[in-house]
Amino acid sequence: MNSSSVFLMNARRIQFLYLLPLLNFLYLLPAPAATPPDTPAVTVIRNATILTVSHGTIEHGSILIKDGKIAEVGASVNAPKDAQVIDAAGLFVIPGIIDCHSHIAAESINEGSVSVSSMVNMAEILNPEDIDIYRDLAGGVTAANILHGSANAIGGQTLVIKLRWGQPATKLPFEGALPGIKFALGENPKRSNFSIPGQPKRYPATRMGVEETIRGAFSEARDYKKAWDDYNKRFAAGEKNLIPPRRDLRLEPLVEVLEGKRYVHSHCYREDEILMLLRVAKEFGFKVRTFQHVLEGYKIADELAAAGVGASTFSDWWAYKVEAYDAIPHNAALMTRRGVVVSINSDDAEEATHLNQEAAKSMKFGGLSHDEALKMVTLNPAMQLGIDKRVGTIDVGKDADLAIYNRDPLSAYAMVQKTLIDGRVYFDRQRDQAERSEREKEKKALVDKFKKAAEKKPEEKKPEEKKPDATAPSGQKPAESKSEQKKSEEKKPQEKPKPPQSSASDSAAADQRGGAL
Amino acid sequence: MSHAPTRGRLLFLLCLINFLRLLSPANAGAQSQPPTSYALTHAKIFTLAGSAIEDGTLIIHEGKIAAVGVGLDIPADAQVIDATGLQVYPGFFDSITQMGLREIGAVSATVDSTETGSYNPDVVAATAVSASSEHIPVTRAAGITEVLAVPGSGGFDSAGAGGVIGGQASAIHLAGWTIDEMLIKKSAAMVLNWPEIETRTFDFATFSRKEKPYSEAKLEYDKQVNEITDWLERARHYAQALEKGSVAKYDRDLKLEALTPVIRGELPLLVFADRSREIRAAVEFCDKQRLRMVLAGGSEAYKVKDLLRSKGVPVILRPVLTLPLDEDDPYDRLLSQPAELAAAGVKFAFASFDNSFARRLGQNAANAVAYGLPYEEALKAVTLYPAHIFGLDEQIGTLEQGKLANVIVTNGDPLELTTDVKYLFIRGQLTSLDNRHLHLYEKYAKRPKSAK
Repeated sequence: MNSSSVFLMNARRIQFLYLLPLLNFLYLLPAPAATPPDTPAVTVIRNATILTVSHGTIEHGSILIKDGKIAEVGASVNAPKDAQVIDAAGLFVIPGIIDCHSHIAAESINEGSVSVSSMVNMAEILNPEDIDIYRDLAGGVTAANILHGSANAIGGQTLVIKLRWGQPATKLPFEGALPGIKFALGENPKRSNFSIPGQPKRYPATRMGVEETIRGAFSEARDYKKAWDDYNKRFAAGEKNLIPPRRDLRLEPLVEVLEGKRYVHSHCYREDEILMLLRVAKEFGFKVRTFQHVLEGYKIADELAAAGVGASTFSDWWAYKVEAYDAIPHNAALMTRRGVVVSINSDDAEEATHLNQEAAKSMKFGGLSHDEALKMVTLNPAMQLGIDKRVGTIDVGKDADLAIYNRDPLSAYAMVQKTLIDGRVYFDRQRDQAERSEREKEKKALVDKFKKAAEKKPEEKKPEEKKPDATAPSGQKPAESKSEQKKSEEKKPQEKPKPPQSSASDSAAADQRGGAL
Repeated sequence: MSHAPTRGRLLFLLCLINFLRLLSPANAGAQSQPPTSYALTHAKIFTLAGSAIEDGTLIIHEGKIAAVGVGLDIPADAQVIDATGLQVYPGFFDSITQMGLREIGAVSATVDSTETGSYNPDVVAATAVSASSEHIPVTRAAGITEVLAVPGSGGFDSAGAGGVIGGQASAIHLAGWTIDEMLIKKSAAMVLNWPEIETRTFDFATFSRKEKPYSEAKLEYDKQVNEITDWLERARHYAQALEKGSVAKYDRDLKLEALTPVIRGELPLLVFADRSREIRAAVEFCDKQRLRMVLAGGSEAYKVKDLLRSKGVPVILRPVLTLPLDEDDPYDRLLSQPAELAAAGVKFAFASFDNSFARRLGQNAANAVAYGLPYEEALKAVTLYPAHIFGLDEQIGTLEQGKLANVIVTNGDPLELTTDVKYLFIRGQLTSLDNRHLHLYEKYAKRPKSAK
């Protein structure tokens, strides 16, 4: 290969690299199908039972919303005559539910090829058209912590979003919320329960190796930080002809962790691995913001409380793997009793639709009060994500992110009627029902059109190209039969029983690679 | 998912097994001389065979319900439980689980739910049900007194998809020292996974999508349906030969023999299908073959509700707390389906399709009520209806004289999240509500304040 052809190849590659940001930009354009609901300047919710979370329950109360913020809350408010009125007689209003562990609105979940994937960022692959945003909104969820998967000891960068359905991806991020990074301990990063065909066994394969992977990365990050600190210092002192350190996208987010500018959300199950990360954090001088899942948190509740970390757990999942065999539904209550700030999360688009019910279980298992249970999905996750000055309770000055139920939300019979974000009604059950027949008609028209088009050219049989599979490693036997394929699909490490999907999506594959759980 | 059987892993498993043994709580009948008679007094009794009885008495004798009513005479030998302020219901029946067949989903050594191969009519769930599974007492504490242990139904984290004919499901009480003590009916249904026309699949061997044209997928589907037909046809011939006594000892075919009660219409065929196209095909197939069909899954049963009603096909519904199949389905598609089916006269029961989520059975029923299902229908869909669907309603399902005393006593609505089960009877035995979770909770709640 002569030098000019190398140059040409490089030029082509560079051109392609230029195109990438453009493509990203196009992607971020508003989705044409969905338009944001209108926002009246002033809205008043009347006659409601208001569960403020911060200062008790107000019967027959009102909430005045101005410019997306809660302007007044109380037995009566001063609403202007032209305010839009939501009559909530017989209804219950709570702060919008905050899901501290979610994988909705994401094009993919796991960059599972390496053990430290801190260079990737969920913010760059947000999908505002993911229908699960709407479904969770219909379950009263207004904000969610969109996490990378648990395939690696140090995973990708994460962010908090608001579920502003119909808005473009650029409008989803929760403004001002500190970004995060996903860590993962235990079976998933050490790949206990799955392997990828054709890929060699990856380090780490033990909990010992998981610790060393994290220590190694932070050791590098510390040196990298020092190199930059030195450079900046000399630069500030006016030194000339300095060469800056080479930028490292993998270490940058870890430096942010060291500087307290990025939260660590760590997936974990067993108490020993949790204590391990606390030790590592102490060694390198950073904070773990939340432990996610933390199913054995109840065993070391004092240690968690002393470290001041949040715990975000499931209500009652257990026994899907060995590290979930000691999980108990009393986990949330027991940790709460020992002074840990606890939230109940979903890790699943369906589970998120009834987090209010999952929170209620902590009253049965461990005897938390109604207020304490409600905090598990409102104020506590807000505190864990550092957004409690903005959301999590119904107080003057906070964002008007609210969920309205037809009865006490800590009941299995409660149903969301409306969900508001920034004072806008983003979900309205009545409107949803009223629009169904229109949608049906629209769908039928499209299907009929498609059928007609298909009838016009009946014998257009494309030769079925049998493309060699580029991703198949050489020597890898293709799946023998359909039943074989189906069999391996069933091995997805998912906990909840799911109906069969019409097709396996890329994200399902991504889950398999790393396991979101 | 191949596990290298390392020494460490084996040692670990041995430790785990020993640990499980240590933790395993006493099962039913822990008392050496358990009383055989109980009287629940001053209770509100929901018999589900008539209206609720206020201030009622329920008398249990030798495993059965001896009497239920107001102001009954209490036998001298009966242990009296004052149930003032409490409510009495038939125990819940979770009619699709892998109870006792799967302990820890990700550990294949603890999973016996699904045999390899496509046609396994001769395998029976009861054979592999572990009576000391930790799932049993945990599930019992949620008021579930009996389940159907279902093999080969695929589902998630089982060893495989279950092939086509998955085996025989067993109805079991959730109490007993051995499977023999637990059995209600060893063979309660034959599992059939109805084939699907799959044009898109994901190949985990290569981590790539596979697409095939409809015509090809349809051919594969037809081939499988033909195979099912062929199996049933052979079973029919075999049954005839059996009747004529022409099956010699050495001719015995265990698989065909297992299918004979199915082709005779004695054993229901539990057909797993979710899409309306497959449901319709399965219903028509079973109708033509004169088989007793019970549909399992039924995510799109609403689309074929008239057919299901007219053919009298009952449905074991997948949990309503499941997302809709299609992106453009209403968000509450599965939540509102039970109300729609009930209004159309389709008989159905709720089930968990799982073990560790079995305790969400009541929650699922309650959610269906929120979306329009009459409350009493929801209660019956976790008690009487599943019993009826599997032909067990003469034994269980309501609180009536002569039925087995599978009874729960609660401090409120048993479908509600915060309600506690206070007493639980299985076959007339007051049965422990203790379980692994309660043990761990009590143990760690007592942990002294950490010195650090």
